Amino acid sequence: MSQSLDAYLLLACGLFAIGTFGFLARRNAIAMLMSVEIMLNAVNLAIVAFGMFIPALAGAGQVIALFVMAVAAAEATVGLAIVIAIYRNRRTPLVDEYASMRE
Amino acid sequence: MELPQTVPFLDWRWDDLIFLVLAGTMLGSALLVVVGRDIIRSGLFMVLAFGALAGLYALMGATLVAAAQVLVYLGAISVLILFAIMLTQSKAGPVRLVFHSQAWAAAIAAIVIGGLLIASVLLTSWPLAAAEPIVQTARDVAALMFGDYVLAFEVISVLLLAAVVGGIFLARRDDIPDPSDPATRIEDGSASRVTGTPGVLGGPARPAEKP
Repeated sequence: MSQSLDAYLLLACGLFAIGTFGFLARRNAIAMLMSVEIMLNAVNLAIVAFGMFIPALAGAGQVIALFVMAVAAAEATVGLAIVIAIYRNRRTPLVDEYASMRE
Repeated sequence: MELPQTVPFLDWRWDDLIFLVLAGTMLGSALLVVVGRDIIRSGLFMVLAFGALAGLYALMGATLVAAAQVLVYLGAISVLILFAIMLTQSKAGPVRLVFHSQAWAAAIAAIVIGGLLIASVLLTSWPLAAAEPIVQTARDVAALMFGDYVLAFEVISVLLLAAVVGGIFLARRDDIPDPSDPATRIEDGSASRVTGTPGVLGGPARPAEKP
């Protein structure tokens, strides 16, 4: 039952929806970055599931998932550095108080 | 001791039970990351969600990805995020509002996106999919990574280098005066900020203050 492509893909869909909600709804910039990480993990789960269940892809799914992890690590580094740089000027991590950026 | 073939009293396979436990843990803790009020708890639940995801990778048979998930996400990214949380905690106490005022629109958007994705998965029949996961050893994955995908591998390494340099550049403080720099060492201290060279390493030019 559970060891099928559909089960893993449905799980990835649910995780992606949760991450989407967090990215759109949270006020804290770091919580938004955590939601982005959740969305990247959902996509990674889908990629690995395709790679494991489809014979034509034999192993390519795992390689691409490892690349996605490396890009996610780079994104987390730069994103958190930007958040800390803004926090140093503004003294708040809440994105809706960064109103001067749109003027 | 020999385990029975199926779970006692439930007549499930062990795989199914482990899958359900890991999937429930992952979705539940991801939900708590998103809706939790305390951001430190959100960070710790994110560690739990990533750990459950590593378990799912291992259950699927993708052992190399499971190991990399533990190393990269549980080991590196979680620690980085927890450090960033500690650096940006304000002393004024917990924030009253966790969500934007338009959180209901975000909820609708998330439910619509999730529904569309789930519907598209359920309505598609995957004709090439096998019934069981295909076993691929780490040797196969490594041969592929350093064979067909070696160019992408090199590009990734350059990207990581660029990210490290960019992270250091963005997060460094540039208001610490360098005592060995003659441009910022002024006798009376009044004109030190005016004559300071803008950004020793090509950083952003400081606005010159009027003394």
